[in-house]
Amino acid sequence: MFPSAFEYYAPKTLDEVYGLLAQYGDEAKILAGGQSLLPMMKLRLAAPSVLIDIGSLGQLSSATETAEGLSMGALMRHKTIETSHWPHYPLLRETAPWIADPLVRNRGTIGGSLAHADPAADWGAALLALGASVQIESRDRIRHMALEEFFVDLYTTALEPQEVLTRIVIPVPATAATFARYLKLERKVGDFAVVGVAITVSLAIDGTVAQAGIGMAAMSGVPFAAHQTESLLVGRQLTPALIKEVSESASQEGDPESDRRGSAEYKRSMARVFVERGLSQILQQWESTQSA
Amino acid sequence: MESRKEDARRMVSVTINGEMRQGLAEPRTLLAYFIRETLGLTGTHVGCDTTSCGACTVLFDGEPVKSCTVLAVQADQHQIDTVEGLETDNVLHPLQQAFWDNHGLQCGFCTPGMLMTSVALLQKNPHPTESEIRHGISGNLCRCTGYVNIVKAITDASHKMQKEPAEV
Ligand SMILES: Cc1cc2nc3c(=O)[nH]c(=O)nc-3n(C[C@H](O)[C@H](O)[C@H](O)COP(=O)(O)OP(=O)(O)OC[C@H]3O[C@@H](n4cnc5c(N)ncnc54)[C@H](O)[C@@H]3O)c2cc1C
Ligand code: FES
Ligand code: FES
Repeated sequence: MFPSAFEYYAPKTLDEVYGLLAQYGDEAKILAGGQSLLPMMKLRLAAPSVLIDIGSLGQLSSATETAEGLSMGALMRHKTIETSHWPHYPLLRETAPWIADPLVRNRGTIGGSLAHADPAADWGAALLALGASVQIESRDRIRHMALEEFFVDLYTTALEPQEVLTRIVIPVPATAATFARYLKLERKVGDFAVVGVAITVSLAIDGTVAQAGIGMAAMSGVPFAAHQTESLLVGRQLTPALIKEVSESASQEGDPESDRRGSAEYKRSMARVFVERGLSQILQQWESTQSA
Repeated sequence: MESRKEDARRMVSVTINGEMRQGLAEPRTLLAYFIRETLGLTGTHVGCDTTSCGACTVLFDGEPVKSCTVLAVQADQHQIDTVEGLETDNVLHPLQQAFWDNHGLQCGFCTPGMLMTSVALLQKNPHPTESEIRHGISGNLCRCTGYVNIVKAITDASHKMQKEPAEV
């Protein structure tokens, strides 16, 4: 299977990318890891007449960690994140191994995943839980935007045709005692989520929740942040009773659709199970650090 | 047709199995087809052609990837390794020998991809557990063996390679 014919450019600088975007407008598509775009082009679901391969923009392939947070280049591959160690951001390493399979993870990028905006994507859920924002650049301006605003609709983002997603920025968590889980139900290994739940919780010394993030995959038409449930957690002591309460709340958030992966009712029920399971594991982990 | 125009094609140079090779490719030519049809190395198989099965796995700068989902032009000036590069001087690579010894293949269609993924797996993690092997090969589908003998073969090779470290 072959894509329709296209012209291929592999610019070495962002300036060249902007030049090509200005020249070709929305006839052009950016190619990052190609693990969503190329399959779609082979199926002729997409047929751009120009591909701009940003794979040689080295400055977008690395991360910098500061006291304020972690700034990740859009071209960082899923595999690189899986094997990196950022102790303040355990959710990244929890999530990465659940994406696709090891071969796809060797090519696919975090920026490509966000720009593709599949509501079932794992990075969408995880980065919403982490309160991430994105940096978007074009020839004339750099803008920053909360990830939640970036996701506009099914497969639709706030990116304009002349813009490139360059960085993903995660703010440093409220406390050093930050725990995370990513729980995902898949029909078969390597598949997109039936439901995915990303949880990150930062605890104060006395065990009260200082900060909580819960992101959900496949629970809405866009990757979804369960703010109501997050706010039920904050300021309270993490206990089995609270966990029960918030998992009920989580299953009522979102707006899942019945599809070939499962009924809406099943998805809600799995969201409840995952929030309960994930928070219980986090509570246990915290308790074991206390007794140690 | 426009796509057939000679000037739509460009020269792609790769170092494949240690050898410099080049050939013309349209931008839309996928790496798997470039390897098979232009370079004539048919050991790399195309199974699903939809990024699902891993039969087309090759090493791209040392990392296993699905060559049906990479453009040949993206491989220009890069290093590719295929199943043909595994044996040296008519001696099978320890993984190939282990697949043979442990009945790690039946029809053999998935085998080139399985081998390339396993080569990279053992390079990164010379002593994988069964679970690490199963996760490591989870992008490679096999319709015949049920995986049990594939896992056995990779385990066997990891033991043998420990004793006599092999190149690749
Ligand atoms: C078999 C298979 C299973 C998969 N399973 C999962 C899964 O379980 N979970 C999951 O989350 N994902 C899954 N994926 C998708 C995978 O994670 C892709 O890597 C990801 O969706 C796209 O990233 P990419 O770098 O490959 O982007 P590409 O395919 O190169 O691009 C995707 C889209 O984003 C645009 N784009 C890319 N980068 C930028 C940028 N920097 N700025 C602006 N636009 C940009 C492109 O123009 C294109 O429209 C799977 C893919 C396959 C093939
Ligand atoms: S042929 Fe490439 S993944 Fe199946
Ligand atoms: S041996 Fe037949 S597909 Fe694996």
